Amino acid sequence: MTYASAALEAFGALGDPTRRAIFERLAAGPSAVGALAEAMPVSRPAVSQHLRVLKEAGLVTEIPDGARRIYRLDPRGIAAMRDWLDAHWTAALDAFKDFADEETDTETSANRETPE
Amino acid sequence: MSIAPIVRTVQVKASPARAFELFATRMADWWPKGRTVGKNPHVAIVAEPRAGGRWFERDAEGQETPWGQVLAWEPPSRLLLGWQLNATFAYDPDFLTEVELTFAPVDGGGTLVTLEHRDLERFGADAARFAEQLGAGWPGFLANFAQFSDSQKFADTQT
Repeated sequence: MTYASAALEAFGALGDPTRRAIFERLAAGPSAVGALAEAMPVSRPAVSQHLRVLKEAGLVTEIPDGARRIYRLDPRGIAAMRDWLDAHWTAALDAFKDFADEETDTETSANRETPE
Repeated sequence: MSIAPIVRTVQVKASPARAFELFATRMADWWPKGRTVGKNPHVAIVAEPRAGGRWFERDAEGQETPWGQVLAWEPPSRLLLGWQLNATFAYDPDFLTEVELTFAPVDGGGTLVTLEHRDLERFGADAARFAEQLGAGWPGFLANFAQFSDSQKFADTQT
């Protein structure tokens, strides 16, 4: 997975309000699935599913603690998100240039074909 | 803590007036696909053409997702946008960073478009709210962000 796509995945994963709430709870401190489910109006399987998405996006990571697993924020995922803006503006301006130059070329050739 | 802004430039063939128009009023036509925050894919990205106007995306069902606001609309040379997506990429009316576009004529035709995204330390402050809650956790979070921002080579052109 490229850096940019990792950041984008992280971006998408936080688009869901429940996942963002879970993410913010984990920002306050590591937690087990059960404790998260108790603190939120969401079932335990749903919390597990959200955690899986957050983990795949590189935003959270799990630590084994005996039979349970404790979830915490993954600092590497956050760094990728920080880079998102940088990658974003580079891609956006490149895309703008392609679009603007194409428009200009079209306008120029149209003018040439129909001289005033 | 002050963080160097992100500065990017690109040169296009169009005049400043036309470049401004294409950038500001045709955003959905060039904005990279998938790099939006709405639940569904966008069909429109709108920056209302006045200071105080809204900046938002709209999906096929008409659902609008705010990104921020227009702070200055000054064709053909300058557009100032308020980016109000916070460190978790959620719209927050109390959070604002500035994105300034300038459109300068180039000798021999064309326009140099310069983008500056500044006030990035406010992301740090937003992130610091998380960090405060963490106590000893999440080491290097702010340091990583400062490092990434300072590493932008183009930032030197601002000084």
